[in-house]
Amino acid sequence: MAAVAAKPGLPFKISPLGAYAAFFLVFIYGPVLLLPLFSFSDSQYVALPITGFTTQWYEQMFQADQLQGALFNSLKVATVTSIVATALAMMAALALTRYRVPGRSVISGTIILPLVIPGIILGVSILVVMVQVLGVTPSLWSVGAGHLLICTPFGMLILISRLEGFDRSLEEASLDLGETRFVTFFRVTLPLALPGVVASILTTFTLSFDEFILAFFLAGVEPTLPVYIWSQLRFPQRLPSVLALGSIILVVSFAVIAFAEWYRRRDVATGAKPV
Amino acid sequence: MDITGHLDQSESVPRKKRRGISAWLTRNENARGFLLLSPTSVMVGLLLLLPITALIAISFMTQRGFELDTSFTFNNYLTFFNFSEKPIYYTLLGRSLQMSLTATLVTIVLCYPMAYFLAFHVKKHKVMWLIIITVPFWTSYLLRIFAWKVILGYDGVINSGLISIGLITEPLEFLLYNKMAVTITLAHAWIAFALLPIYVSLEKIDRSLLEAASDLGDSPWRRFWRVTFPLSLPGTISAALLVFIPTVGDYVTPQLVGGTEGIMIGNIIQTLFGKVNNAPLGAAVSLMTMLTVTLVVCLFLGGTTVARKLMSRV
Repeated sequence: MAAVAAKPGLPFKISPLGAYAAFFLVFIYGPVLLLPLFSFSDSQYVALPITGFTTQWYEQMFQADQLQGALFNSLKVATVTSIVATALAMMAALALTRYRVPGRSVISGTIILPLVIPGIILGVSILVVMVQVLGVTPSLWSVGAGHLLICTPFGMLILISRLEGFDRSLEEASLDLGETRFVTFFRVTLPLALPGVVASILTTFTLSFDEFILAFFLAGVEPTLPVYIWSQLRFPQRLPSVLALGSIILVVSFAVIAFAEWYRRRDVATGAKPV
Repeated sequence: MDITGHLDQSESVPRKKRRGISAWLTRNENARGFLLLSPTSVMVGLLLLLPITALIAISFMTQRGFELDTSFTFNNYLTFFNFSEKPIYYTLLGRSLQMSLTATLVTIVLCYPMAYFLAFHVKKHKVMWLIIITVPFWTSYLLRIFAWKVILGYDGVINSGLISIGLITEPLEFLLYNKMAVTITLAHAWIAFALLPIYVSLEKIDRSLLEAASDLGDSPWRRFWRVTFPLSLPGTISAALLVFIPTVGDYVTPQLVGGTEGIMIGNIIQTLFGKVNNAPLGAAVSLMTMLTVTLVVCLFLGGTTVARKLMSRV
């Protein structure tokens, strides 16, 4: 097993496990890659065989007002949610890594709780408070609130691992040299934690942008993109333009997430060295 | 200059002169920590604890048309447990648990060899491998589920493929709209969630333990079951929980690929809050679902703790 003389370009020996890895990649990518494939099919129905190539669904997509409205709604919600969630996550992560707060395990456990409760329960419980208790009509704000609840723990976990990863004596040095905690945060902690902050914003943005279970209950009359896609799945003739949009989102998400992962891991790899 | 300023603030100034919140905060480390935690805690309180309390409260009320009768009643829970008339609620809950557990098992079995391969056989470009595996997970959940409908459907990829190579003449109808379709689709949708924790726990294993086992005469197979697998259990357990908990409440997958046979408790909750407009009953069903999930998780964690103790004795 040790020191397998792999051919250049082949990082692994072809073994049963290697073959399994290939199968695994086909399994996870196969269904995902069907979407762009069918978005170029000239048939209205998403079914085989594919008879011809067309880009008309992409052209149609740019004329669909509802679709663009939903896309814009999702972008609004995801932008606000990712920034607020990351700010909240940053404060919580700082408190949990830098201070000895009594009952910290209970508090951090409660913040992470939304990750271990089925989303539908979170959705209906917020809906009950809004509609039955407060008498407010669901809107994009309620979607954002719901997303905040699930995005904050994600951001917090990312930021905690980042804040634990770098040398704390830098902050102590700044404090000892007379900077206030506030200035220390902006001049020392934040720049050092920046890869984590970027990763948190990008991850929570993507999470909110794609979230459907909560949004379905909380969106009211302003659909986010997943809610709009859900409504279109019932009308086969409108599907191709949804697939076109899905393909574009797929490519953009690929790029954003790959960049975020690469950025975070690259910096952890170099930043973890003692200064 | 800065140094003396700092000393002034924290030590040389007598306590009486520095009053107010900022002075108190400077002295009190706990208070600063709490202050930093407070915005997040308020958010969780308003968006999680308050709503769950409201859900509990409303589950003891009755819906009358568009009005809510706030008098206390157990009727919603009695409806849930109604064994004689329509055993729909707890039957569906049981079926959902069974389907989620199956999907969890399938996901773990699919992920484990891949995680093992990544941890022990991939020597270079591990980050790239991880990115390649997790990226599909970030694409639209709905469209990924929908893709399975295209694969398994009547004129879908599998049927068309099999017909074109002449293996079958009529499309197979048992592929879509059943429990198996839901299980495969769920396993596919949650695979990245399960892979990462297993990979991390395998990656952390001290390689010298494996060498020791081999040197002391364990065959690779025996070494795996006696050393590698027990050490990877924490990650495998969290992977199982990460898949099981969210899938119990899923209603998208059952609705798109499950047909009538594959309906899950999430669909019922969704209908009760939507078309049927019976929020109190929906609340009761939601709470029973949450309670059952928690119970299963506790049993599972308890069971694995006992199992690990037994294993360590062997």
